[in-house]
Amino acid sequence: MAQAARKSASKTAGKPKALSAKQQVALFEDMLLIRRFEEKAGQLYGMGLIAGFCHLYIGQEAVVVGMQSVLEKDDQVITGYRDHGHMLACGMDPDGVMAELTGREGGYSRGKGGSMHMFSREKNFFGGHGIVGAPAPLGAGLAFANKYQDRNAVCISYFGEGASNQGQVYEAFNMASLWKLPVVFVIENNRYAMGTSAERASAETEFYKRGVAFRIPGDEVDGMDVMAVREASHKAVSHARAGEGPYILEMETYRYRGHSMSDPAKYRTREEVKDVRDHRDPIELFRKVLIDAGHADEDQLKAIEKDIRARVAKSAEFAQESPEPDEAELWTDVLIEEAGQ
Amino acid sequence: MTDILMPALSPTMEEGKLTKWLVKEGDEINPGDVIAEIETDKATMEVEAVDPGVITEILVPEGSEGVKVNAPIARLTNGDDEAAAPKEKAKASDKSNAADDREDSGDDDNDKSARDDGHRLHRDQEADDNKGARVTSMRDPDLPEDTTYTETAVRDALRDAMAEEMRRDESVFLIGEEVANYQGAYKVSRGLLEEFGDRRVVDTPITEYGFAGLGVGAAFGGLKPIVEFMTFNFAMQAIDHIVNSAAKTLYMSGGQMGCPIVFRGPNGAASRVGAQHSQDYSAWYGHVPGMKVIAPYDAADAKGLLKAAIRDPNPVVFLEHELLYGETFDVPDVEDFVLPIGKARIRREGHSVTLVAHSRMVKFALAAAEELAADGIEAEVIDLRTIRPLDTETVIESVKKTNRIVCCEEGWRFFGVGAEIAATVTQEAFDYLDAPPLRVHQADVPLPYAANLEQLSLPGAADIVRAARKVCYVD
Repeated sequence: MAQAARKSASKTAGKPKALSAKQQVALFEDMLLIRRFEEKAGQLYGMGLIAGFCHLYIGQEAVVVGMQSVLEKDDQVITGYRDHGHMLACGMDPDGVMAELTGREGGYSRGKGGSMHMFSREKNFFGGHGIVGAPAPLGAGLAFANKYQDRNAVCISYFGEGASNQGQVYEAFNMASLWKLPVVFVIENNRYAMGTSAERASAETEFYKRGVAFRIPGDEVDGMDVMAVREASHKAVSHARAGEGPYILEMETYRYRGHSMSDPAKYRTREEVKDVRDHRDPIELFRKVLIDAGHADEDQLKAIEKDIRARVAKSAEFAQESPEPDEAELWTDVLIEEAGQ
Repeated sequence: MTDILMPALSPTMEEGKLTKWLVKEGDEINPGDVIAEIETDKATMEVEAVDPGVITEILVPEGSEGVKVNAPIARLTNGDDEAAAPKEKAKASDKSNAADDREDSGDDDNDKSARDDGHRLHRDQEADDNKGARVTSMRDPDLPEDTTYTETAVRDALRDAMAEEMRRDESVFLIGEEVANYQGAYKVSRGLLEEFGDRRVVDTPITEYGFAGLGVGAAFGGLKPIVEFMTFNFAMQAIDHIVNSAAKTLYMSGGQMGCPIVFRGPNGAASRVGAQHSQDYSAWYGHVPGMKVIAPYDAADAKGLLKAAIRDPNPVVFLEHELLYGETFDVPDVEDFVLPIGKARIRREGHSVTLVAHSRMVKFALAAAEELAADGIEAEVIDLRTIRPLDTETVIESVKKTNRIVCCEEGWRFFGVGAEIAATVTQEAFDYLDAPPLRVHQADVPLPYAANLEQLSLPGAADIVRAARKVCYVD
């Protein structure tokens, strides 16, 4: 592979650009939108309006919001099946996401993908993949295309600590490092792969070290602290953008809800979940940061909450009013048919 | 005022037991608070509040069994109108009523409508299949009278196709094991590294699952990868990305995410390499909607169809044959020789029996036809060239003429290409058949190593002759 000359930035990456009060409040807003959206999705699931598998992101909001806060327009995002938060963080329309959850024409995939399979070329969101570990080589491939086309873009490939035991992840690590591909692998360690805790599934539970054999640097990050995520994201993305190859970020986070909607969560205690909610909740922690720093007051945040609840209620309404896809849709999008082919 | 409804906590739950309330009337609740425990058909689960407010009334006491999904279980006041969800309730209950109605009146009318639905679906399916056939009414390009031909080995024809497309389109690149420095494990990529450099001819580690996935990601990212497998046997490690990531994503994305990629390499039995290196995957890939599958026989088809595959905006599985790489055929000396995907070629015309084959089996079918001709049996030999979309039109037309068919493939019989063709012919040309369709195929065993057993296992011209005589009732 020919090496494109790029200026080295990560050695001097330092801290990300300081955010204004308004920008910080926007991060709060982004996290809260995900939280309320997911709660609403859970409610609609409970009412039978959403079916199948539905993996909620509640508790992990700081990860995608912090990561996204340093990305540039052409950077790409790809993830697994717990993907609603990633889509909202990428700026995808909550109406379209919710309508896909209800399987309606107004959904991002016109109802043909569902919770686990949505995409947006416009927002550079590349899915939405249901096979555990798949985002690693697919993300490396997007990064390969960036490098091949000499685009100065970075791909963020998200997967969980459970996926980190898949063989294809290491195949991707090896090639990404060998060819110095501009990709950041974000391991969202929410501590449980479905019902199996990291300790019960992984010989090495410090997942940021998983790239050592491939000479990929890795950092452990408090995934419940949006500003800590932002700082780590800046470092990793700058490294990748400078042509120095992939980077691994292990996000210490927690999922409040079950693996999917039908998970009774008997593998952990209620106290454990409550303890995280009470002491490490990313939204409540950041609310305190904003207020203590004087970036916002309670009334302002209450107003934001009200707006978000209205926004989410609107998306739920859209998702129910949007019609089911036309029956003819069954046969479309199987192949691209070109005139003259 | 908002009702809190009995939630469905699993895809199959219809009712459940409200085991325990964790809040009481007068309590203030916030989104995310656990308010109750419910026993579903699978497990005991917690119910979380979605809307904030004060519980004014508990409608279903704890311990109640058989509480229907979507029944109100408690009442909530909240000062925030947007938080209420009256619309959802109305719709959901409409929906469940409708479902009840259907269940209650499980009478003939409903059964009939179900049948009609099934019927309609079936007709649509046929319409779609026929569409595939219509697409294939395209013909090979007419060549000028004075066209000259060059005798070319299949491996070189494949190489020429890739080189021409790489010259034509900067986004086309070749990636795989030993494709660059080594010049290809079977020398198919000979000379490409020298011409295009290591940016576009990329040697990979031995990591099929990984580089297949990376190729698909690169296709999503705007490139047109040619992914070479040293053999399709090794692509078993990568079949997840070929099927789940490449073939399904266009559909799952509602048409947003095309995946222009070619997976190519030798398929089928080589010579004395044993069971794990000798499998024919035509039927495996032919089974999957969302991609095209090509399996050419001669050098001209290899070239013209590989060029078409590289230009195709869809994922294409391109099955070559190791034992054909060194065989030479005439390739027309025309600029930009591109053939239509999905069109069979009639290699020999005849009226006594139709022999359908693809890839190396075409060679045996042609040899069998010569032998049969000596006995006065004139076989028509159809080279499928493309497995998906399958040119059933050409096959059916031929059967209408010959009234007999033998389907030949190197792979196993069960659920194979021949099975599909035999079923289609039986369905669409039943009245024309004078004999049941027969299949020629590999013995239903893993391929043995010993020379005599290997020969016994693989189908050849003699098997085809035998089958053809049988459908012609000639002994």
